[in-house]
Amino acid sequence: MNRRKFLTILGSAGVVSALGTAKVAEAGMHTFPYYADSYGVLHDTTRCIGCRRCEEACNKVNNLPKPEKPFTDLSVTATRRRTTAYEWTVVNKYEMNGKPVFRKLQCFHCNDPACASACFAKCFQKQPDGSVTYDGSQCVGCRYCMVACPFYVPGFQYDEAFDPLVQKCTFCEPRLKEGKLPGCVEACPVDALTFGRRSDLIKVARARIADNPGKYVNYVYGEFDAGGTAWMVLAPAAEGAPVPADSPAQAAPDLKQLGLNTHLGNRPMGELTYGALGAVPMIVAFWPVLFGGAYAMTKRREAISKLEQEKVLKEAREDVAAAVDAAVRKIEETEGEGAAERARRAMTEALKAREAEAACSKHGEDK
Amino acid sequence: MENHGIVIPTRDKLFNLDPLLRRTPGNILTWIILSVGLIITIIRFTQGIGSVTNLDDNQPWGLWIGFDLLCGVCLAAGGYFTTVACYVMGMKHFHSAVRPAVTTAFLGYGFVVVALLYDLGHPLRLPYMFFFPGTTSVLFEVGLCVATYVTVLFIEFSVAPMEWLAQKFPWLLKWRKLVIRCTILLTIFGVTLSTLHQSSLGSLYLIAPEKLHPLWYSPFMPMFFFVSSMAAGASMVIFEGMFAHKGVHEYMDATHLREADGVVLSFARAASFILFAYFMLKLIDMLVQANIPYLFTGYGAWWLVEMLFFVLMPALLYAKGARDGNVSLCRFASANTVLGIVLNRFNVSMIAFNYNLPSAERYFPSIWEICISMFVVTMIVTVYRFIVYHMPVLYEHPDFKDEAH
Repeated sequence: MNRRKFLTILGSAGVVSALGTAKVAEAGMHTFPYYADSYGVLHDTTRCIGCRRCEEACNKVNNLPKPEKPFTDLSVTATRRRTTAYEWTVVNKYEMNGKPVFRKLQCFHCNDPACASACFAKCFQKQPDGSVTYDGSQCVGCRYCMVACPFYVPGFQYDEAFDPLVQKCTFCEPRLKEGKLPGCVEACPVDALTFGRRSDLIKVARARIADNPGKYVNYVYGEFDAGGTAWMVLAPAAEGAPVPADSPAQAAPDLKQLGLNTHLGNRPMGELTYGALGAVPMIVAFWPVLFGGAYAMTKRREAISKLEQEKVLKEAREDVAAAVDAAVRKIEETEGEGAAERARRAMTEALKAREAEAACSKHGEDK
Repeated sequence: MENHGIVIPTRDKLFNLDPLLRRTPGNILTWIILSVGLIITIIRFTQGIGSVTNLDDNQPWGLWIGFDLLCGVCLAAGGYFTTVACYVMGMKHFHSAVRPAVTTAFLGYGFVVVALLYDLGHPLRLPYMFFFPGTTSVLFEVGLCVATYVTVLFIEFSVAPMEWLAQKFPWLLKWRKLVIRCTILLTIFGVTLSTLHQSSLGSLYLIAPEKLHPLWYSPFMPMFFFVSSMAAGASMVIFEGMFAHKGVHEYMDATHLREADGVVLSFARAASFILFAYFMLKLIDMLVQANIPYLFTGYGAWWLVEMLFFVLMPALLYAKGARDGNVSLCRFASANTVLGIVLNRFNVSMIAFNYNLPSAERYFPSIWEICISMFVVTMIVTVYRFIVYHMPVLYEHPDFKDEAH
C-alpha cells in the first residue's frame, strides 16, 4: 500500500463516520415528545369490583373473538392472566394485605414507550392524544416490542399463519377521534376508571389521596414510572397504616402485591439503550483508524526487516568477495598469473552455484 | 505432488458430488434431518409460528433467537478474528486458516438470516427496516450491520468459487483480482461491522432490566458480548478444524497441514488471554453492581457454574495446552469454550430471562423448534462440505499457487 491508497482509506472512513454521526444526532433528537394536553385514565383499584364489564366492552368495541368462558363468569379473575393478542384488557384479583383487590391490566400508553423505541420498522407511535398506536402494515413480526415492554402488554397472533400481528389496547383511538370515551371507561359501572387530561388526572389522584387519609397508598403508579404513563393506578393502603410518605421505596411492598413493578425507574426504558447506540459512530470513526494504523505498522515492520535482511546479505556477499580477492591475489603472488585465473574462475562458479541453490530453496519456502 | 489425493474440479468435470451422495451413515443421517426439517418448514409457513413452537407472549424470543441468531452470529466470529490476525497483524503463518474461517463465517451469517426468516411473523417484510428505519432501535443497528457484513463476507468468500469456476468462465478472474486487491479494506470494514453488531446483540437486552436476572443484566452487556465473541472466534477456528481434520482431511494440502498445529496453539494462547479478560470483566461487574447476595441463590449457583466451568476452566486449559504444545488439550478447551458461549447466550435469552415469572409461565423449546435448529446446523455442514469438495478452501488451487497475497 502506498501513501495515496492509505489516505484514500482514511478519507472514506471519515465520510462513513460523518454519515454515522449525522444519523445518531437525528436519533438523539428522536425522543418522543411529551404531549402536555394528552389524555389518560386513572384506575382507582379501591373502587373496582371485578365485574369484567370493561373486558366485555373492550371485546365488543374492538370486534375481538368471543372467549371460551362468558364475561359473566367472574371466577376467571382468580387466576393470574395477562393481556394477549385477543384480550386487550383483563381484570385480575390480587390478595393485598389479606383483602381481595381487583386491578385492570391494559397497555399503559407510556409517554415515551419502550415498544416504540425498540421497533425497527417504526410501527408504534405516541399520539398527541396520549394513545400509543400500532400500524401493523409495516410490522415485520420480530416481537422485539414484546421483549422491550416492561409491563408484559403486547400479544402476538402466533396462531395466524400469513398475517400475524402484534396486538394491544389502542386506547380506543378511533373512538377518541369521534369524541367518545374508551369502551372500558364507558362501561365501568362504579367509576373506577376516570378519563381526562393526564395533567388533571394527576391532580385528581393527589386530591383523592389527600382527602381520604389512610385509604390510599401515597403513590400514583404511572406518574413517573418508566418515564410516565398515560394510564395510572391508585392502590388501597393497608388498614390502620399510618399515612405514608410519598416514596417508591415505601410503596413498593404494597404495589408489588398488586402486581405493579416499582423498580422500572423514572426514565423511559428506551434510554437504557441510547448509550450503546451512541457508541456506534465512535466505533465507526475510530476502528478503521486503529486497524488501519495497525496494518500500516505491520507493513512498515515487514519493510524494515526486509531491508535489514538485504543489508546483512549484501555485507556477507562483500565479505566473501573480499576474501576471494585476497586469496586470488595470494595465489597470484606465489604461483603466477595462470593459476590465479583458474582459481578465480573456479570460485566464481562455486559462488554462482550456491546462489542458485539458495534462490531455489527460498522460492520453495514462499509457496 | 503435494496435492496427492485432492480432487480438483476441471473444466470438463466441474462437479464432485460423489462424496455427498455416497451411502455412508453420515450422509443418511443428513438426508433424514434435512427431510424432517423440510416437513417442519412447510408446517411452519402454512400453519403459523404457534403450530411448531412453544413461544408465547411472555417469551417472544426462544430457541430460534437464542441459538440460531445469538449463538450463530457469535460462533461465526472466526471470520473477523482470523482475517485481522493474518492481514492486519501480519501473522502470515495463519494464511491457510483464513479461507476456512471466512467460509464458515459466511455460511454462519447466511444461515442466521435463513433461520431468522422462520422466527419472523412477516419474513418477506425483513427489508422494511430499510424503508421505515427505526433508528432508536438496537435491532435496527443489528440488522443494518448484519446485512452489510453478510455482503462483506460474501465478497471475501467469493474468491473461492471464482477460482473454482474460472476455468469455465475466465472473466471471473477480473472480479477475483479486484477482491484480492481490496482484501485489507474488506478486513477492516469487517472488523468494524463485527464489533458493532456482536456488541449490539448484547445491547438488545439493555431495554429489559426488569426481565433479565441481575447477574446477567449489566450496562456492559455489549462489551461482554463482544469480548466473548473474540474468544468464540478463536475457539471456533480450532473447533471446526478438529472436525475438518476428521471429515475432509483428504482435501487439505501440505501447507494447510503444516500450519494447522501452529494455528491451534497460537489461537489457543489468544483465546486464553481473552477468556481471562472476560472472566475478570464479569467478576468486577458482579462486584460493582453489588450482586454478591444473589450468588447464594439458585441462579447464583448457575452463574458460578457458567463462570467457573465454562469461562475460567477453558482459559486455564488453553493456557496449559498452548504452553505444553498439546494440541488435543487445546481442542478440548475449544469445545469447552464453544459450549460456554452457547450456555451464556441461552442464559441471557432464555434461562435467566423472565426469571421472576412463575415456573408454569416459563418457556421450554418444543421438539420442533429443536429440530429446526438442527436442520439449520445440518444445512450449514452440508453446504460447507459441498464447498470443500469443489472449491480451494483447505488447499491452494494450483493455478493460483504462486501468487503472494
